[in-house]
Amino acid sequence: MQNFEYIAPTTVDNAVKSLGSEWGTTELLYGGTDTISLLKERITTPSRVVSLKNVEALHGVSKAGSGVKIGSMTTLSKLAADKNIAKSYPALVEAIEGIHSMQQRSMATIGSDLMQRPRCWYFRNGFGLLATSNGKALVPNGENQYHAILGNKGPAYFVSASLLAPALVALGAKATVAGPDGSRQVAVEDLFRIPSSDKERETTLKPNEVLTEITLPGTKAANATYEVHQRQLFDWPLTAASVSLKMKGKTVEDAVVVLGHVAPKPWRSSEAENALKGKTISEAVAAEAGKAAVASATPLSKNKHKVQLASVAVKRAILKAAGVSA
Amino acid sequence: MAINYDWPSQSETKILGKRFNRLDGPWKVRGTAEYAYDRNLDGMLVARLVTCPHAHAKITAIDIEPAKRVKGFRAAEIINPVGTELQWTHQEVLAIAADTEEAARDCANAVRVSYEVLPHWMGDEDVKKAGEHNRVQPAEDKEDGDVVKGFEEAEVTHEGYYGLAMITHCCLEPHGQVVDWKDNGEIWVYASTQAVSRISADLAKSLTEDDRFKDVKANQIRCITPVMGGGFGSKFNIDTWGVACAKLSKVTGKPVKLMLDRREELAVAGSRPSDFGHIKVGAKKDGTLTAFEAETWSTGGVAGRGAPPLPYIFQDIPNRKTRHLNVSTNTGPARAWRAPNHPQAAALTMTALTDLAAKLDMDPFDLFKKNLGFTPRAEVYSAEMDKAAELFGWKQKFHKPGDGKGHIKRGVGMSIHTWAGRPHDSTCRVSIEPDGSVTAALASQDLGVGCRTAIAAVLAETVGLPLDVVKVEIGDSVLPPSSASGGSTTIGGVSASTRRAATHALRKLAEVVAPDLGVAADDIAVGDGKVFAASDPSKSLSWKDACRKLGTKTIAEMGAQPARDQGKLNDSGVGGVQMAEVSVDTETGIVKVEKMVAVQDVGYVVALEQAESQVYGALIQGIAWALFEERVYDQMTGAYLNADMEFYKLSGIGDIGELVVHMVQGPYDDRGVIGLGEPPAISPGAALSNAVQNALGVRVPTMPMTADRVLAAIEKGGLS
Repeated sequence: MQNFEYIAPTTVDNAVKSLGSEWGTTELLYGGTDTISLLKERITTPSRVVSLKNVEALHGVSKAGSGVKIGSMTTLSKLAADKNIAKSYPALVEAIEGIHSMQQRSMATIGSDLMQRPRCWYFRNGFGLLATSNGKALVPNGENQYHAILGNKGPAYFVSASLLAPALVALGAKATVAGPDGSRQVAVEDLFRIPSSDKERETTLKPNEVLTEITLPGTKAANATYEVHQRQLFDWPLTAASVSLKMKGKTVEDAVVVLGHVAPKPWRSSEAENALKGKTISEAVAAEAGKAAVASATPLSKNKHKVQLASVAVKRAILKAAGVSA
Repeated sequence: MAINYDWPSQSETKILGKRFNRLDGPWKVRGTAEYAYDRNLDGMLVARLVTCPHAHAKITAIDIEPAKRVKGFRAAEIINPVGTELQWTHQEVLAIAADTEEAARDCANAVRVSYEVLPHWMGDEDVKKAGEHNRVQPAEDKEDGDVVKGFEEAEVTHEGYYGLAMITHCCLEPHGQVVDWKDNGEIWVYASTQAVSRISADLAKSLTEDDRFKDVKANQIRCITPVMGGGFGSKFNIDTWGVACAKLSKVTGKPVKLMLDRREELAVAGSRPSDFGHIKVGAKKDGTLTAFEAETWSTGGVAGRGAPPLPYIFQDIPNRKTRHLNVSTNTGPARAWRAPNHPQAAALTMTALTDLAAKLDMDPFDLFKKNLGFTPRAEVYSAEMDKAAELFGWKQKFHKPGDGKGHIKRGVGMSIHTWAGRPHDSTCRVSIEPDGSVTAALASQDLGVGCRTAIAAVLAETVGLPLDVVKVEIGDSVLPPSSASGGSTTIGGVSASTRRAATHALRKLAEVVAPDLGVAADDIAVGDGKVFAASDPSKSLSWKDACRKLGTKTIAEMGAQPARDQGKLNDSGVGGVQMAEVSVDTETGIVKVEKMVAVQDVGYVVALEQAESQVYGALIQGIAWALFEERVYDQMTGAYLNADMEFYKLSGIGDIGELVVHMVQGPYDDRGVIGLGEPPAISPGAALSNAVQNALGVRVPTMPMTADRVLAAIEKGGLS
């Protein structure tokens, strides 16, 4: 890695003040499970790295009305062990359980999970976020087996790496972001965007903003996450889906369906949601919703299988949430 | 004592063929074992490589000056000079040494190398396309008998396409070494190597090719490798980075460490060639094979590689025709990978035979049995198939291809294999001290497989002492030489040299002790820590008291492999059978291993638990390349996209299912010791592919059987 100045402020204010206003000049360490690799591979070469580990206010889970507040520096293992979270938000815990690595769960935080960069192997090999060489896009005709099948008109083809984002979006989570002008709150869904040029990142955060808190509203909705894993060893899901079903008796009153690892951002599928509303969950209904979720998919040359895998993930997440066995 | 080299019957042994812990286990668990990577010598510098970012390019300029301005820079050594045509990404350009690893990386990053980029080719499976780019060369054409007639005689014929991707060795300890070129001219090399005795000559030869080092002699060089973190056939040579590391040590006057990083290890330090091909087999209705035809192609990088031995095992099918083509790709070059060419040959043969069985409406077990006459060891395979079937429950689990119920489908498959495993040359010195301590010393190496423990077992059994009181010194080239560990030759070689040396040393002790016991030396025997008269065991001394008779003398006797007239201690040629059970999720294409059974003969088993470990390791490694592993290159840029352990996927504990290993002990003990490292690594892919075929009723033609390949096969073939 290239040498950098390392600081670990104790307040959010000081963290914000120490960040540069342009991407790449400074990097934040929420957990380090991703940023350290990026530094080692010189994918990012900041002059300053700001660790948030000493900001006490960002650690831990607390009650907030009928919901919970989660500091962005809360580790995934702490999160999974929290009784309130386990009770109301199984979708979130299941997403954490999909990370088959004690080391990752112990070091990664909810902030580092949400803010991690894409795993796109072109990006990781130095071809940039949009994976180009001499101005040509490499992904559409290249090794795109792990790439996007939705939201992939270009120039971005990577998939959002966050493992928790689909569950958080499904659960209606909000993110609190601190910047030079104070704090703001946005839906977790709106933390992400599909970049349209190589000057942008995949997040709507500004370079000098810090993700401080995630707020989950209280919910009675049945919710679940299903991930398709090639291996049981720590491995990125091939596809993932998180769903939240607000039931009225046996029928679905409202549904949120969010797909992971299929698009450059967590992908909310209104098609799948509409396919569920007013229905009683059965395998056929879940399968229909799965199909609806990928109806507009545009697979690349080598990732047609992901259409099927995304559809199955949605179907199985719905059945899991509803407690219906396939 | 009467000299008798022969292995004792395992009904009488205390140690040989039994279970015991490996001697290096505690060192490794405690972290006290010193690997090459762990050597941190006083004043040591760290070197990094500068490698080529292009898949094919000519070096036009190298500018080291910017690196010299980096704090901590010490020296640079060019590996491939200006004008060299480089043929794969990450091929070495130069090595650069600095005070710390961080400084060395900064130096490497500062070096400016200019290239003339040349056209590259990465693809191997699409042979037609490779041919259009002039990347295909005929490698081998063979015909025995008359295939046209053979297929005319056939009542049922099957033709199919099969293949497996190029993979890498992925040694957990990467290649590399620490070199300490001392002021007195001694060059100590702490290398991660499979060839301790060979490194001195190899390094000396390479150094003398450079005028600055033309006077270097092999006897200046000492290789030290007490423990080693895996080689699988990729660590026989000092390699360019080892030579550069030695030069850097001489030039700087400091010890230098140069270990490959993970990306380099996966890119340049070894690959197993791919293989793809159309296989045609014909048989009578009763399953008797009449003809075999194969057209195969593969890549082992830019240079060629040998054709796979087809048809595998069933080598005497009456009419055979094989044709092999080499595809030249700009990928890291092939190195021997655990049973070179055999896993590929098994994956091309056992799969086609299993598909033929389906067409014949036969259980492949019965088809294999029916045709064992075409193999070199029918009786061995027959007995091992029966044993495997019993441990696996083959007859209960086998069903016709395609499993009707639900979206989780189970299936079973099998494969058989062979390997030579002849003994390599080895010399050993066994010493007995007046205080009773006993040592075997030989410049062999333990790649992590338990070789040290096996040598100790031979020594302890021979001198009649417990395993934990004998000492084994290996991994140092100043000790009596042994050959490289390749071709599963080590156990046959070192067990014989150790047995003979120990027998010779014991004879010397008998000659000293016999007069005291009032018997002839021929009558002296050992066992249970005692030295006694075989004719009258009451005439006895404890081992310690017997050794005390040596006074101030130390016994040191040599033993060798080969050694004519010194016992039948080893052999070559084994069989082996493996069976696999999988479940396949037809909605996701995810294959899960439920169970694997391996039955393996190796002649006389020296160390049972370590032998079983070799087989477990081979199964786990096999699961990885059957289901997950492949090198992924980008055709447009030539980049090696998954040279990391995130997307270059190995199997984890949750992926391996239940593994059952049965070492055949007894029937082949009189053959002596035969090598084991390679044979169990051959069949896993073929057995797993066949199990998936049995589950689905369609063949997933190529490995690794990842979700995309499985779903594509289901879509193409439909489920039966």
